Amino acid sequence: MKRKRFLSIGIALGVGVVVLFSLAPFLWQVVTSLKPSNEIFSRPVRYIPSHLDLSAYVKIFSRHPFARQILNSVFIACAGTFLCLFASSLASYALARLRLRGGRGFLLFLLFLSLFPPVVLIVPLYEMVSTFGLMNNYLALIIPYAALNVPFATWVLTSFFRQIPEALEDAAKVDGLSRLGILVRIILPLSAPALATTAILVFIFCWNEFLFALTFMTRATSRTVPVGIAMLSGASQYEIPWDQISAATVLTTLPLVAFVVLSERRIVEGLTAGAVKG
Amino acid sequence: MRRKRGLSDAQFAYLLLLPAVFLFGLVILYPVARNVYLSFQEKSITTGMAEHFAGLKHYGKIFTSDLRFRQALGNTVYFTVVSVAIEFILGLAFALLLDLSFRGRNFARASVILPWALPTAVMAMAWRWIYHDVYGVANDLLLRLGILKEAVAWLGQHPLAMHAAIFSDVWKTTSFMALMFLAGLQPIPQDLYAAASIDGAGIWGRFRHITLPLLRPVMVLALLFRSLQAFAVFDLIWVLTQGGPGGTTETLSVYLYSYTFRYLNLGYGAALSMAIFSLTLIIIFVILLFRKEEVELG
Repeated sequence: MKRKRFLSIGIALGVGVVVLFSLAPFLWQVVTSLKPSNEIFSRPVRYIPSHLDLSAYVKIFSRHPFARQILNSVFIACAGTFLCLFASSLASYALARLRLRGGRGFLLFLLFLSLFPPVVLIVPLYEMVSTFGLMNNYLALIIPYAALNVPFATWVLTSFFRQIPEALEDAAKVDGLSRLGILVRIILPLSAPALATTAILVFIFCWNEFLFALTFMTRATSRTVPVGIAMLSGASQYEIPWDQISAATVLTTLPLVAFVVLSERRIVEGLTAGAVKG
Repeated sequence: MRRKRGLSDAQFAYLLLLPAVFLFGLVILYPVARNVYLSFQEKSITTGMAEHFAGLKHYGKIFTSDLRFRQALGNTVYFTVVSVAIEFILGLAFALLLDLSFRGRNFARASVILPWALPTAVMAMAWRWIYHDVYGVANDLLLRLGILKEAVAWLGQHPLAMHAAIFSDVWKTTSFMALMFLAGLQPIPQDLYAAASIDGAGIWGRFRHITLPLLRPVMVLALLFRSLQAFAVFDLIWVLTQGGPGGTTETLSVYLYSYTFRYLNLGYGAALSMAIFSLTLIIIFVILLFRKEEVELG
C-alpha cells in the first residue's frame, strides 16, 4: 500500500514537470503580454505583474498591420487546406477504389519526396513566383501549402476510404448514382471524421509555415502572422518591442491552443495514422 | 461493369488524380528537376539573371573551397545528432508516463502536444525573450538559484548559442516523439506484461523484452522523421540567431537561404540545394538500414 502511494506521488510529480516544461514558454508570453511595460524591462525579473495592463494588445493593432496579417493568415490557411483536401480526396478515391496499376508505388514515391527539406525547393519556386509576378500574392503560398500536404493527406484519406464497405457503393450504383455522385454523396460524408482530422493538421501546417511566407511576402501588409511577428521592430532596428511581440504571440497561438484542447485525440490519431498503419 | 457512355474506370481515375498530380508536379517535381539544371548554370545578379553554362564549377566549389558550407554542415550534423538523441530519450520517457492512467491525463496529453502545434518562428521569438541577456528569465532564474554567478549572453557566444538553440528545439519537438511513441504503445497487449510478471520479470525486464522490441518499428519511423526535420532546421535558427554569432549556429538551410538571397545567386543556390538533397538521401538510407536489419532478424 505504502509503495503504491509512493508510486502515485512519483507519477504526479513526473507529470507536473512534463506539463510545466511544455507550457512554460507559452505561459511566460502570456505573463509578459499582461505586464505594464516598465515591469517588462526591470531587473530582477518580476514574475507576477503589479496590475494587468492590456496596452500591448492595443499597440500591436495600432502600430502594426497586425489585423491585416491575421486576415492574410486565415485566408491563406483556409484556402490552402481546402485546395489540399479537394485534390487529395479525389486522388484518394482513385487510389482506394479504382484499381490503378502502380497506384501504391506512386503514393509511396510522393511520400518519399515529401521527406526532403522544403528549402531545396526555394530557388526554383522563387524563380517561378517572380516570373509569374506572384510576389505578395496569396497564390504564391496557397498553392505550395496545398501541394506540400497532398502526399500526407492522400495517404491518410486513402487508408480511410478503403475501410468503407464497397457494398454501400454497389447499392448506390443500383440506385443510379454516378461515380462522382458516389464520391460526393456517399464516400465524403462517411469520411467526415478523417477529413476533419486531416484538415486540422493541414491547417496547422499552413498557419505555422515560415520559410515560403518569408520569401514570397515582402510587403508588411502581405505577410502572414509568423513572419509578421518575427519581423516586428520598434523605432530602431535594434529596439525590439517585446511587449507587443508577446501580445501578438498570445493572440496567434490561442486558436491553436483551443484546437489542441478540443481535438487532442484527433490530432494524435491523424499524426500517427501513417506511422501505425504504414 | 463498363458503361456505354462516358469515361472508362481507368480514365475516370486519371481524371481524379489530375489536380493532385498537377499540384505536386508544379511545386515539387518541377523544382527538383529545375535544380538539377540550374546547378550547372551561372545565374545571379552579376550575370543580370541570364543563364550561362558553368559546368561543374559550383560543385567543385562546394566540395573544395567553400568553408562556410563545411562549417554549416558540421553545425547541422551536431544540431541534428544532439537534439534528436535528447528528444528520443525524453520523448520515450514522456510517452511511458502519459501511457499510465491518472487523473487529468487528457489535460497532460494536450499540454505535451502544444509545443508541437505552435508556430516555430513565433515560439523562437518567445525563446529569444527568455534568453534575453539583460531582462531574460533564463538568466534571472539561474542567478536566483545560484547556478550562474553573472548574467550570460545565451545567444551571443559560442558554443552557448548552439546549445540554446538545441534546447529550444528539444522543447518544441519532444512532443512529436512522445506522440509517436504513445501511439506505438497502444497496440501492445496488456496480457503480455501480465504474463511476463508471472514469469518473474521486473519493470526493467518487461520494458527491455516487451516494450522496446515492439516499439522498434515506430522508433525507426520517429527517428527518420525527426532526423530529417532537424537536418532541415530553418525557422528556429533564422529567428533565434540568423546563424550567428560568427556562423556558429548556421545550418545548411540557413546558409542556402542567406547566401542565395543576398546576391540572388540562383545557380550556386541550386547546387547547394542538390548537395542538401543528396545528404538527405544518405540519411534516409542509413536510417532505413536499421529497419532492414530488423526484418532479417525476423
